[in-house]
Amino acid sequence: MSQLFLEQLLNGVQLGMFLFLVSAGLTLVFGFMNIINLAHGSLFMIGAYAMALIGGVTGSFLAALVLSVPVVACAAWVIEIVIIRRLHARDHLDQVLATFALILFINEGTTMLFGRVPLFLDVPESLSGTVTLPGGVTYPLYRVAIIGAGLAVALALWLIIARTRVGMQIRAGTTNRETVEQLGVNIDRLNTLIFVVGAMFAGLAGALAGPLTSVEVGMGENLLILCFVCVVIGGIGSIRGAMLGAITVGVVDTMGRAFVPDILGRFLDPATASGISAGLSSMSIYLLMVVVLVFRPTGLFPVARSV
Amino acid sequence: MRYTHHLRFMLGCLAALLILPFVLQATGSSYLISTATRLVVFAIAAVSLDLLIGYAGLVSFGHAAFLGVGAYTVGILSFHAYEETTLIGLPGSLSGLVALPLALALSALAALVVGALSLRTRGVYFIMITLSFGQMLFFLFVSLEQYGGDDGMMMFEGRNTLPLLDLNDRVSFYYFCLAWFVLFFWFCTWLVRSKFGRTLAAIKQNQDRLSSIGINAYWAKLQVFVIAGVGAGLAGALSANHTEFVSPALTHWTRSGDLMIVVILGGMGTLVGPVLGTFLFLLLEEFLPLILRGLGLGLLSEHWRFVFGPILILVVLYAKTGLYGLIFPRRD
Repeated sequence: MSQLFLEQLLNGVQLGMFLFLVSAGLTLVFGFMNIINLAHGSLFMIGAYAMALIGGVTGSFLAALVLSVPVVACAAWVIEIVIIRRLHARDHLDQVLATFALILFINEGTTMLFGRVPLFLDVPESLSGTVTLPGGVTYPLYRVAIIGAGLAVALALWLIIARTRVGMQIRAGTTNRETVEQLGVNIDRLNTLIFVVGAMFAGLAGALAGPLTSVEVGMGENLLILCFVCVVIGGIGSIRGAMLGAITVGVVDTMGRAFVPDILGRFLDPATASGISAGLSSMSIYLLMVVVLVFRPTGLFPVARSV
Repeated sequence: MRYTHHLRFMLGCLAALLILPFVLQATGSSYLISTATRLVVFAIAAVSLDLLIGYAGLVSFGHAAFLGVGAYTVGILSFHAYEETTLIGLPGSLSGLVALPLALALSALAALVVGALSLRTRGVYFIMITLSFGQMLFFLFVSLEQYGGDDGMMMFEGRNTLPLLDLNDRVSFYYFCLAWFVLFFWFCTWLVRSKFGRTLAAIKQNQDRLSSIGINAYWAKLQVFVIAGVGAGLAGALSANHTEFVSPALTHWTRSGDLMIVVILGGMGTLVGPVLGTFLFLLLEEFLPLILRGLGLGLLSEHWRFVFGPILILVVLYAKTGLYGLIFPRRD
């Protein structure tokens, strides 16, 4: 039981790391640029496809990982210049629609290039074993590596935001954009930077997710909606909130799927229990979000805004 | 001037919709009656969403959920009538006099609960929480194994029954849906011109100012949210009857996105616009592949969304008034 419990807990944390990598960009773009970007999930997908393509050509996991992130960055750069830049002064409705349309375009384009058949990637040999964690629990090395990568990115991001000049400008810009602009900061350049960096995190998550899930069209959107939940629970614009939200959602979702059927099975007959628990576990995170928003309508770590 | 122009246009549209089945039958393309029915049904949902987006400024990204509530009410009642089983002690029913009112009541209830919770938030939080509620209902329907789960279920007993009217006849069914559409459209037109409509317009402009003159904005928003939910539930119930098939796909979040697209394409805050938008959307869906093939772009015809996406982006960026703005350009 405790082996299973720990394993599922780690799976939850690992899912949380993916969610964090995608949510971080989402929350930065929303917090700083005040733009809601539905196509952020597409960048995750582009990362996964780039990984599959480059990995197939070069045969090297590391090369594919290192090269797929810049591919996503380029895609994001183009998207920012062509579309996102024009959405700054628009309301959220326009942003939702334009980025929704962008999803249609990217998904259909990807289908044309790669077809509808999902691609499957292998875990690289050097990361394919298991490790024995303290306490005697064995766990796949690749998933440990993902957790490590997520933590490293979180740490780097925190250092940049909290300790550097650019980070200071980002924090200030989130609170009051006009004032920062008046003080001589090139907001347009900062916007592009934030969008591209956020996209790189999403792309990195996509590339890392390749060997764990099937790479297919639409993989980004499913994750994106989960990330919205993370961002909203944490408070839009807050990196700390995104981290907390991502880990919570990851753990609740994974644990719900793993243990709710068992627990309900003790009280109800098996057929009813499996029916209810399937619904309950996929609904659990949305219920969580509703509860948080009812008590804290702006999330757990709301960011101060002047508007 | 503009007003009479507007009225004449609407009467013209209504006349066209009334004679449409005869024209289609006369020209030997009566298979298009089904497409026309779909148009009328989805126009109801689009108009109801326009009440929220265009009039109250509430960007709801989970409107398709109520389509699902209406459709599943009809579907589940039909399922139990076919199996001759009961649900929590109640028998199923095929009667439209039972199924339709129940579908409307349940979608009102669902909208009341969702609205009461979501309307505590504003702006982008509202967009995201309605999206989440939509997903929640989507997964709820997916988890209903008894009713087909992921795949949905066929209504083996056919459409609902009504005294005097045979809904299984496609022309009668078209007129039945058209009647509901006209009724709902007329109601919405009346609503937005009433005092309540002015309250909504004021909420859209500045909610805090409204609160400060003693009008309860939350309550007004909840009312319009429930009305819109009932409209979508009606469309869902009619859609289930039309296709004799119910599935979670009806409540997928992209369906909510499609509804928003339709409202914007047509021109939001006009009621007529979303109807035109629905028309254009279904037309594009049917004919854009053919047009693309005609242009020698055979590859794109299957992937028409590849072309539709950029068109939509251009509309959002440069033609916000939509089709309505093209037909009735402002002269000021």
